[in-house]
Amino acid sequence: MKIVACVKRVPTTETQAKVAADGTSLDTTGVQYMLSFYDEIAVEKAVQVKEAAGGEVTVLSLGPVDGTKEMRECLAKGADRVVLVKDEQWHTRDARATARVLADQIRALGADLVFFGRVATDRDNAAVGPMVATMLGMACVTDVVEFELDGTNVTAKRESEAGIETYTLSTPAVITCQKGLAEPRYAGLKGIMAAKKKPLDEVECAVEANQVEVKNLALPPARSAGRIVGEGAAAVPALLDALRNEAKVL
Amino acid sequence: MSTIVVFVEQVGGAPRRSGLEALGAARGVADSVVAVVTGEGAESAAGALGTHGADKAVVVGGAGTCPDALATDVANACKEHSAKAFLAAATGAGRDLAPRVAAQLDCTLFSDCTALEKSGDGFTVQRPWLAGKLVATLGSTAPVLCATLRRNTFPVTERGGKAEVVQVSGTTDFKAVLKDVAAKTGGSLDVSEAPVVVSGGRGMQAPENFKLIEDLAAAFGNAAVGASRAVVDMGWRPHGEQVGQTGKTVSPQLYVAVGISGAIQHLAGMKTAKVIVAINKDPEAPIFKLADYGIVGDAFEVLPALTAAVQELRKQG
Ligand SMILES: Cc1cc2nc3c(=O)[nH]c(=O)nc-3n(C[C@H](O)[C@H](O)[C@H](O)COP(=O)(O)OP(=O)(O)OC[C@H]3O[C@@H](n4cnc5c(N)ncnc54)[C@H](O)[C@@H]3O)c2cc1C
Ligand SMILES: Nc1ncnc2c1ncn2[C@@H]1O[C@H](COP(=O)(O)O)[C@@H](O)[C@H]1O
Repeated sequence: MKIVACVKRVPTTETQAKVAADGTSLDTTGVQYMLSFYDEIAVEKAVQVKEAAGGEVTVLSLGPVDGTKEMRECLAKGADRVVLVKDEQWHTRDARATARVLADQIRALGADLVFFGRVATDRDNAAVGPMVATMLGMACVTDVVEFELDGTNVTAKRESEAGIETYTLSTPAVITCQKGLAEPRYAGLKGIMAAKKKPLDEVECAVEANQVEVKNLALPPARSAGRIVGEGAAAVPALLDALRNEAKVL
Repeated sequence: MSTIVVFVEQVGGAPRRSGLEALGAARGVADSVVAVVTGEGAESAAGALGTHGADKAVVVGGAGTCPDALATDVANACKEHSAKAFLAAATGAGRDLAPRVAAQLDCTLFSDCTALEKSGDGFTVQRPWLAGKLVATLGSTAPVLCATLRRNTFPVTERGGKAEVVQVSGTTDFKAVLKDVAAKTGGSLDVSEAPVVVSGGRGMQAPENFKLIEDLAAAFGNAAVGASRAVVDMGWRPHGEQVGQTGKTVSPQLYVAVGISGAIQHLAGMKTAKVIVAINKDPEAPIFKLADYGIVGDAFEVLPALTAAVQELRKQG
C-alpha cells in the first residue's frame, strides 16, 4: 500500500498578524512556523494505516527549504520518506496552483491512499484535498472523523451539520482529516535517530500562476471597548438590561 | 449578460437559509441567477427559490448520495449557462462541494467570503485569513469565480418572481457513496449556525458542571453549547463543539464565554460575534479585553442566577 500524507508549513496559531509595508502581505518578521494542525493528524493516520496494513508512507510538501525541520519530525513519527517540492513562495500560492503540483507528485508516486488536513490554518481554504482528488479522478471524503480500510474498501465517517455521514468508497482515495480521527504521537528518541537515515528528497517543479490577486490586506476593525457590568450574581440584572436595551440582542 | 450558478442546500423540501443568502449575494452582482438543488424534496424547494432571487432552478436527480457526482452535475450547469461565478454557502456540504466544482472548471476557490462585489468585468471578494486575524481583499483572474460564502453575512432577497424549474438526470458515475446519516440527538443546534452560543472552558472544573452551561443555553431557547479546546482535549465535551482556530468559527448574535481565559486561538473563532459576554473569576483574564459586557465572578454562582433571569425574561415574552 502506497500512502501519502500532504503537509503544509504555516505560521503558528499564536501568531499576532501584522501587515507588511506593501499592504498586501503578512509581515513575517518574528513569525514562527509549524505544520498545520490537521496535517499532523494526516501524518498520524497515514502511519497508523501503514502499521495495520503494511506499506510505505511518503510525506509530501510544497514549501521552503527551511521546512526540512518539520519534515524530519514526520519521519521521526513513523513516515518513511519525504518529498519536498522546493518553493520559497509556497505561502502565496492559491489552492489550484498548489493542488496541481501535489497532484502531479501523487500521480508519479502511484498512491493508493492520500491523507490531507481538513484545512491549512493559514489561508483557511479547505480546498486542496478535494481539488487534488478531482484532478486525479480519485474518490474523496472530507472532514473525516473515522476511517476503516479493508483491502481496497474504505468506510469513512464525515462530520457535518446534519450529523455523522457514513461513506463507502474504494482506493485509490483521498481523505481529509478532521480533529478526532487520530491523536498525533510524540517522536521518541528511537524515532528521531531513525529519521536521520530516512530519505528526504528535495525536488524542483514549476508552479502555475495564481488566479488570486491580493488587492489589500488589513487587520479586522477593532471591537469597541466593552465594560465590566459588575461582580458576581448581583451583576446579572445589569447584564440583562445591557443585552436588552443597549445591545438589543434579547 | 452575466450568469451566476448557486448551489442551494435543502432539507426535506425546505431550502436552508444559508443557501438563500447565497442567492441574495448572487442577485446583487448578476443579471441572471441559476440555482441548483438536489436530494429528496428538491423539486418543492426549487419552486420556492424564485421569490429569493433565482431566475431558474435546476433540479438534479440522483446525485444526493454522491459528492463527486454532484460536483460533476454542478460543474456541468456552470458550463451550460456560461456562468461567470459559482457560489455556495460555506456549510459542511458547500465546503465539500465547491473545491470539487472549482477543480472541474480548472479554477481556484475563494473560501468563506464575507463580501462580494462587481469590479469591471470581474469580481472582488473579501475574506478572513489566519482565522480572522487578517482581512484580505482579493481579485480573481479565474475564468469562473468559485466561492463559498460565510453564513449570516449576506442578506436574503425577497421579491416577486418565479423560477423556471428544469430537471436534469445527473451523472451516475459514483465514486464515494453516502450510505447513512446518523442525525444529531435531540435536534440540537450546531454551534456554527446557532444565533446564541454559550461556551464553557476549563473554569467549569468538571464535565458534569456543563449542566449549568446547557441550562443557560436551554433558557435562551435558540442557543448551542460551545467549548474551549482545553475541555475538548480533556474529553469533557465532543470536538464538534470546539470553538476556535482549530475548531469552529462562529458569528452568533450573542456569544457567552464562561470560565474561558481568552487564548488567541479561541478568540480567532468567535471575535466576529455581534455581542460578547464574558463570565470569569479573574478580572485580568484576556477575554475581558474583547468582551462587550463582563461579569467578574464565580461561574457556579453567576450561571444559575443568569439562567433564572433569562427564563423569567422569556416568560414575560
Ligand atoms: C495549535 C493550537 C491550536 C489551538 N486551537 C484552539 C481552539 O481552536 N480553540 C480553543 O479554545 N483553544 C485552542 N487552543 C488552546 C488555547 O491556547 C488555550 O489553551 C485554551 O483555549 C484554553 O482553554 P480555557 O480558556 O478553557 O482554559 P484556561 O486557559 O485554563 O482558562 C480557564 C479560565 O477559567 C477561569 N475560571 C476558573 N475557575 C472559574 C470559576 N469558578 N468561575 C469563573 N471562571 C473561572 C480562569 O480564571 C481562567 O481564565 C489551541 C492551542 C494550540 C497550540
Ligand atoms: N503547500 C502545501 N504542501 C503540501 N500540502 C498542502 C499544501 N497546501 C495545502 N496542503 C494540503 O491540503 C490541505 C488543505 O489545505 P488548504 O486547502 O490550503 O486549506 C492541507 O491541510 C494539506 O494537507
